[in-house]
Parts: sequence; structure tokens; C-alpha cells
Amino acid sequence: MTFTGLSLMVVAMLVLNTGMGAVTIPPATVVSLLAERVGLEVGSGAIGVQESVLWSIRLPRIVLGLLAAGALAAAGVGLQAVFRNPLAESQVVGTSWGAAVGAAAALALGARATGSFAPAAAASVTALLATFLAYRVARRGPRVEVVTLILAGVAINAIAAAAVGLLVNVAEGGQMRSFSFWSLGTLGGATWQTVSVTLVLVLPGVVLLAWRGRQLNVLALGDEEARHSGVDVRRLRVEVVAAAALMTGASVAAAGVIGFVGVLAPHTVRMIIGPDNRVLLPGAMLAGAVLLLAADLVSRTAVAPSEIPLGVLTSLAGGPLFLWLLHRTRRAQGGWV
Amino acid sequence: MTPVVAMGIVHEAGGRAILDGINLQLETGMLTALVGPNGAGKSTLLGILAGDIRPTRGSILVQGCPIEQLKPARLARIRSVLPQKNRLEFAFSVRQVVELGRFAHAGGRRISRRSDVEAVESAMSATGVASLADMSFPTLSVGEQALVMIARILAQDTPVLILDEPTASLDIRHEHRVMNLIRHRARQGGAVIAVLHDLNLAARYADRIGMMAGGRLHTLGPPGDVLQPTLLSEVYDYPIEVMDHPSGSGLLVTTSATRRDGAHRGGAT
Repeated sequence: MTFTGLSLMVVAMLVLNTGMGAVTIPPATVVSLLAERVGLEVGSGAIGVQESVLWSIRLPRIVLGLLAAGALAAAGVGLQAVFRNPLAESQVVGTSWGAAVGAAAALALGARATGSFAPAAAASVTALLATFLAYRVARRGPRVEVVTLILAGVAINAIAAAAVGLLVNVAEGGQMRSFSFWSLGTLGGATWQTVSVTLVLVLPGVVLLAWRGRQLNVLALGDEEARHSGVDVRRLRVEVVAAAALMTGASVAAAGVIGFVGVLAPHTVRMIIGPDNRVLLPGAMLAGAVLLLAADLVSRTAVAPSEIPLGVLTSLAGGPLFLWLLHRTRRAQGGWV
Repeated sequence: MTPVVAMGIVHEAGGRAILDGINLQLETGMLTALVGPNGAGKSTLLGILAGDIRPTRGSILVQGCPIEQLKPARLARIRSVLPQKNRLEFAFSVRQVVELGRFAHAGGRRISRRSDVEAVESAMSATGVASLADMSFPTLSVGEQALVMIARILAQDTPVLILDEPTASLDIRHEHRVMNLIRHRARQGGAVIAVLHDLNLAARYADRIGMMAGGRLHTLGPPGDVLQPTLLSEVYDYPIEVMDHPSGSGLLVTTSATRRDGAHRGGAT
């Protein structure tokens, strides 16, 4: 039921995102253009500009959006489970801005396009460092103090955002504008190359989280209780944090810092279908896709021909919604403590 | 083979000896109650038996194997642990929580095997939470949550049960229901150790009582041997009387009716 609804919404978003923009492409034309791609002679009647817009601009952008949304939502699900807090998310625990430092440094050092492998790899490494730093600060014996974790995330974000700002400033004039635009989140740099690099880094993380779904559920009991129940907690945490860092790194390198998707998508889905990570993971990834594609549609059509940064939109829409969810969930579930 | 053996356990924390030379075997078919005043080291001993805390000296053998050599999954099929506090950060349903107890048996798979489903159902009905199965755990009362966690431990279906104050937040009826369940597990061949604060529950249900005081196992034996007025009054530093239960069987432990002094109370609190 929920999954049918979410899937229909994703399809609707695909139709809107392929069709709308400076060049209009009706859904039927999109389908026949895709059919022609795979070798079917359907006679799309499409004009040349439609084909090139669809194939080299809109589709990579949409696919990258799906990947980034899936990565952020999945990373959110994983981090929320291992830190046992529904507020944990790439942006909250310092992973996102940690990733941005690596990507920005790689870009400033001359790795040209955002699609190449170097920024994504660098972003994953710094995301990993930032997350483990926050984790080390928050760890006390076998326990992770969640409040300390989030405060550590705040500090790491501040430092990392400052570092990114510095790198943006030293970038050369022409590069600078696109650079600062990237740091606010955008799918504008999407190419098929970006898509493939991101896919390679995102897929293993999603597979791992799907495979570990039941262990993540047991973790809700607490670290010691999970170990009593048979989960190797330390290994699981390292695996999940590494996967989240890798996924976030890939997403940030390709599309900048897009906040709130990783907390909003899992949270909304959890309220509807419950906290079982085995269904939460695909549900949150679908919800994240809807959210991000809707935001991107607004981002590129609202003030066309220029664009509103995607991260600005997700925060603008997600922030207040998140506050409302916070309020509602606390009332319904009696809080999280 | 004795399922759990603790040998020469010494544990120090912050330069202070918490446990000082504990030797204890959990015997199959026996419910052992661990009693003693606050700070005697009961919970630390349970933590060491469970493998949470590594003792400064001494060793724990689980089915003949040093506990630190056993992987969590293997250990979870041998012993279950009921913690003192119940925590659950997400709104799982009661059934889902009890199913978590089956993790070590079902591995990464779904709860679909018949033995898993049966273990979950029978644990829920034994603890009387079957009617709450679809409710969200955080919405339950503290006592109901405690029962669900006990159901989870029972569903784990292990030969060894380590329970830290299993009756702490239960009313009288549920207290006895849980103690009966635990004793039944022991009768079926389980080795059970439970920290209890209520000496009367220990008197009525335990096969033997381990009295802890000052980090040592002061006395270990059948209830009649351990529940002696002089011994209890000394260990608890409070006048305690023991009499035959009015029903004619067992013992009744109570504080002395005539309170000797007021200064004592002030000093204790």
C-alpha cells in the first residue's frame, strides 16, 4: 500500500522531470525515445533537440537525483539505527560537510569535472574521517552519547563548512561561482559519467544495509542488549558508518550538500510503516527520490533560466516539515528518550 | 557439563575492588537467586557472567570454553540476558520486540520458520502479553514493557538465563507469574541466575541463594541455610527476622517490628 503509493509518486515525478523545462517533452515522446535507444523502431516523431535534451541533460540529472536521494536516505537509515536516534543523519553527524571538504579540495587542486572519480573518492575519505571523529568524541566506553555525537557533528560541520568556504575563495574567478553553487547542492553538473561514478560508490552501501536489516533492528535494544542477542555490534557499527560515509561522499561529490533528505525521508516512512529497517530502507529511498525530484523540478523551473540551489530548497521545505514531524511524533510516541 | 563456571573472579574499577575472589557455577536445572545489599557487586558479577565486562582477574567458562573466545552469535544461543533497564529507541510493536529475541536462531532471515514463530507465540502467551502483540512498545506501561522484555528473553530459548532484577517493576501477580516461569525454565533443564531484592521471592522460588556482601560471595546454599536472621541482619546492617510462613511451608523474611534506633536510619540514607 505505502510502497504502491510511493512508487506511483516516483513515476509521476519522472514524468514531470523528463517533460518540463525550456523544451517540453510529452511522456509518450519520452517512452518512444527510450524505446528507440534500445533499438526498437517506434517512430517517435521527436525533434532532434528533444532527444538531446532528454538524453544528455534531463535523464542523467534525474538518475543522479535518484542515486543521491537513495544514498542520503539509506545513509540516514543506517546512521539512525547505529546511533539509535531518529535525528542522526549525514548532515547532523558531520558526514556531509566532511565529504564536502574532500570534494572541494580535490576540485580546487584541479580535478576538473565533478564527474571524475577523484572528488568522489576524496569526499568519501573525508566523510569517513569526519564521522569517525564525531563517533570517537561521543563514545564513552561501550556507549555512544547521542547528545555529544550531535554536538560534535555541529562543531565538525562548522569547521568543515569554513574549510569549504576557504577553498571556494581561493578558487579562480570563473570556477568560483559554480563552486559555491555546488556547495549549496545542485544536480546541474549531472553527466552520465557522474552517474556511473556515483552508482559504483552508492550500490555497495545499499546492498550492505539491506543485508544487515535485521541486525539493525536488534540494535534498537541498545549495544549490550544487541550483543546479548547475537549481534557483533562493533563490526556492524564500523560497517554501517563506513557505508554511510561512502554513500554520502559520492552524493556530495556529485551534487553538493543536500540537507534533510536523510532525516526526513526515513522519518516520514517510519511514521507510516514502522521502524523495521528491512522495509524502512526501500521505503525511505523511494520517499527520498520523490522529495529530491520534486525539489529539483522547482529548482530548475521556478526562476528559469537560472536555478535555485537544491540544498536551499530541501532545507527550506524540509526544515519546517521536520519541526512539525518532531512535534507530532513526540506526542504520538511519548518522546524518544 | 556445567554451562557456566566463574573461577577466581576479581574485578577492580577506579582502584577499588568491586569483586574479590568469586567462584560460582551455574548448575543445570537450578534457579540461583543472587541477593545482597546495594553495592555488593551483584550487577557487576552478572555483567561478567554475561560477557559484558572483562574481569581484572579470573575467567568465565561457558560450556567449557573461555567466554571471550565465543562469538556473539554463538553466545546468544547459549545464554540470554535480561538487563535492569528497558530501552527501545524506535516504536517497534510488541511482537517485533519479542521476535528480536530470535535473532541468533533465525540469523539474517525473516521470522518464518515454524520454531521461531512458535517460540515467539508461546513466550508472549506465557508472559501474558499476547493481547498486546500489535501495540507499539513505547506506549506500554513500564510493567508491561518489562513483561515484553521477559518474553523476548524466553523466546531466545537458551539453556542459560542471566536476569537482573526480573521482577523490579511488576505487581504482585506478575511477580509470581514471572518467578514461576523462570523456575519452570530451570525445571526443564535451564541454568538460571537472577538478581533479586525481594528476599521472600528468593525464599519461595530459588533452589539456592547466593548472598553477596562487599564483593564476596558471603554464603551460597539452599534458602533455609542462607536466610538466617543473624546472617541477614549482619549483611544488610539492619534488624531482620525470619519465621515460618503462615501457610506452613517456606520462610517469611521481614524487618524487625521493633525498630531499635532512629540514628541508624539517618545514617543509612
